[in-house]
Amino acid sequence: MDAIVIERISKSFGETKAVNDVSMSVKTGELFGLIGPDGAGKTTLFKILVTLLRPDAGQATVAGFDVVKDYRRLRTMIGYMPGRFSLYPDLSVEENLTFFATVFGTTISANYNLIRDIYVQLEPFKNRRAGALSGGMKQKLALCCALIHKPDVLFLDEPTTGVDAVSRKEFWEMLQRLKIHGLTMLVSTPYMDEANQCDRIALMQTGQILAIDTPTGVEQLFDKPLFAVKATETYQLIQDLRRAPFTETCYAFGEYLHLTTHAGVTPETVNRYLIMHQHQHSEVKPIQAGIEDSFMALMQHG
Amino acid sequence: MNRTLFLIEKEFKQIFRNSVLLRMMIAAPVLQLILLTYAANFEVKNLTIAVVDGDHTTYAQRLTGKFRYIDNFQFLGYLPAYKSAYRELLAGRADLVLVIPPHFERDLGKQNGASLQLLVSAIDGSKAGIATGYAQTIIRNFNDDIRAEIVSIEPGSRPVLNVENQYWYNPRLEYKTFMVPGILFELLILVGGMIAALNIVREKEIGTQEQLNVTPIKKHEFILGKLTPFVLIGLVQFTMGLLVGIFLFRIPAEGSIMLMYGFAFLFLLLCVGLGLLISAISDTQQQAMFAVFFCLVLFILLSGLFSSTENMPQWAQYVNLVNPLRYIIEVGRNVMLKGSSFRDVQTQFFALLIIASSLIGLASWRYRKTV
Repeated sequence: MDAIVIERISKSFGETKAVNDVSMSVKTGELFGLIGPDGAGKTTLFKILVTLLRPDAGQATVAGFDVVKDYRRLRTMIGYMPGRFSLYPDLSVEENLTFFATVFGTTISANYNLIRDIYVQLEPFKNRRAGALSGGMKQKLALCCALIHKPDVLFLDEPTTGVDAVSRKEFWEMLQRLKIHGLTMLVSTPYMDEANQCDRIALMQTGQILAIDTPTGVEQLFDKPLFAVKATETYQLIQDLRRAPFTETCYAFGEYLHLTTHAGVTPETVNRYLIMHQHQHSEVKPIQAGIEDSFMALMQHG
Repeated sequence: MNRTLFLIEKEFKQIFRNSVLLRMMIAAPVLQLILLTYAANFEVKNLTIAVVDGDHTTYAQRLTGKFRYIDNFQFLGYLPAYKSAYRELLAGRADLVLVIPPHFERDLGKQNGASLQLLVSAIDGSKAGIATGYAQTIIRNFNDDIRAEIVSIEPGSRPVLNVENQYWYNPRLEYKTFMVPGILFELLILVGGMIAALNIVREKEIGTQEQLNVTPIKKHEFILGKLTPFVLIGLVQFTMGLLVGIFLFRIPAEGSIMLMYGFAFLFLLLCVGLGLLISAISDTQQQAMFAVFFCLVLFILLSGLFSSTENMPQWAQYVNLVNPLRYIIEVGRNVMLKGSSFRDVQTQFFALLIIASSLIGLASWRYRKTV
């Protein structure tokens, strides 16, 4: 049985359709990523799934319980870590954890094995007030508080937003380790480089799901020739390539430009075009599409 | 039940940790009670009076003299003419100007009557009224003296109706006695209403409200967890206020102290209910603060704390039907000064009970876990 089943869920705020006819499902024990830019509707979808919002239309079940009808039962079985730090800043690390454990009718020791890996890092600061913790530590505490009642399904809404690169990496490693306990996790993120950490991902934009697949599956959705192009005059290069007859799209990607062309175009064609436009030190190489390329393409064509 | 106790414990932990707020909550009511009680005094002193004497006779001087040697008046001086009297009033240097016309003494002697003019600055209406009253008493007194001399009859031999007032429940008309029971309850709205409302809205602002909403905490557990700490703190404040009133201001405690506590408890429930309702409809602490302040000022001004409710216009009387402060101040004064029993204040009890339960009911209904 799937841990999360979403069937044609919609939610509007006035004129804005935050979530528009979304259907998907997450398998039990899966680490599932919901990826999309800010304003895609990720947080709204999360709030519906954790029983904080009622959908306008459609149905959803989490761990077999309906998010509207069985919300009371459901609340004991899910863990939710909102995007913003939402613990008591004037209570200590330990007090926050004890508070949430008690609220769920359990104790820290009862489920300690689930949080041990994370909590040992927090232990030196257990008497410090939560408000005085660093960003990464706050994140870990929030994760502990969301796990303390041993939920079946864990919802993490943009857990890595505003966290430094090292802490981000650490955070994903912690999630990978949690999979051992059979936990189903739904994680949302605006960072596409984090997609590879997930078992499966859904790409979301303006309230709709564009694609659902494994990270490699999403990469393979990209079926056109893709080249990395570099030259001395990057700005001129992007202008010229966008005007070229063979070009579909051209975006800047770090030091290279990613150029998508019509089928049948070879690096030689591109090179000839560049020489014609007097670009120096030009470099053109065919590359494998990444998730970001797929996402850009999907966004283009809807 | 266990969960509710834990919520209460958490609330107290947070309150005790916020030492500035804690000190303010304890000190502010006592300070306010002391300051307000001394400041809210309606006795009018230091009225400045100027005299325009157009007569320059013994009688005119005797009349002026009466004003000069009374505590409530401060003699500003003689003014040469009407015009300068106006100037003094306009500049705010004089509160009253007494104009004694020429031939005042002659008219009083020969025509058996003379007129005086009293100019009163009515910038502050109630002060002007009281000043006029004082001045009239002094002039009447002067009149009696003069008549006794002219007609040469003994002052006591004329048949006169003499009214002697006796002020019950506050024999010396002490303003302190009148104000303390009122202010004592007024202050409870501050902790019950304001602090409670801000506390809950803060949970909304920092997002912990949402975090609590995804837990199995039930609505009544949450509300009980929030109500209890503030009612308890309010009772501590009430106790301190009562001690200040009885030992510092020597307010008589005629009625039952238990009855006072019973009402304080009911009133605190009502205040926290109001705070809950306000927090349910506001999203930010500013909004909540504004709403509480609006209610507070309206309640206080209409409550009869400073001016009698009976003289207010009809619409204010209707508003006062739902003004909890008005009922509780009536209770406070009647029980403390008069020794009223529960039977005497049961109207107020039921009014407060109805307001309290509707506020808490409304707040619980508004406080929805899922939007």
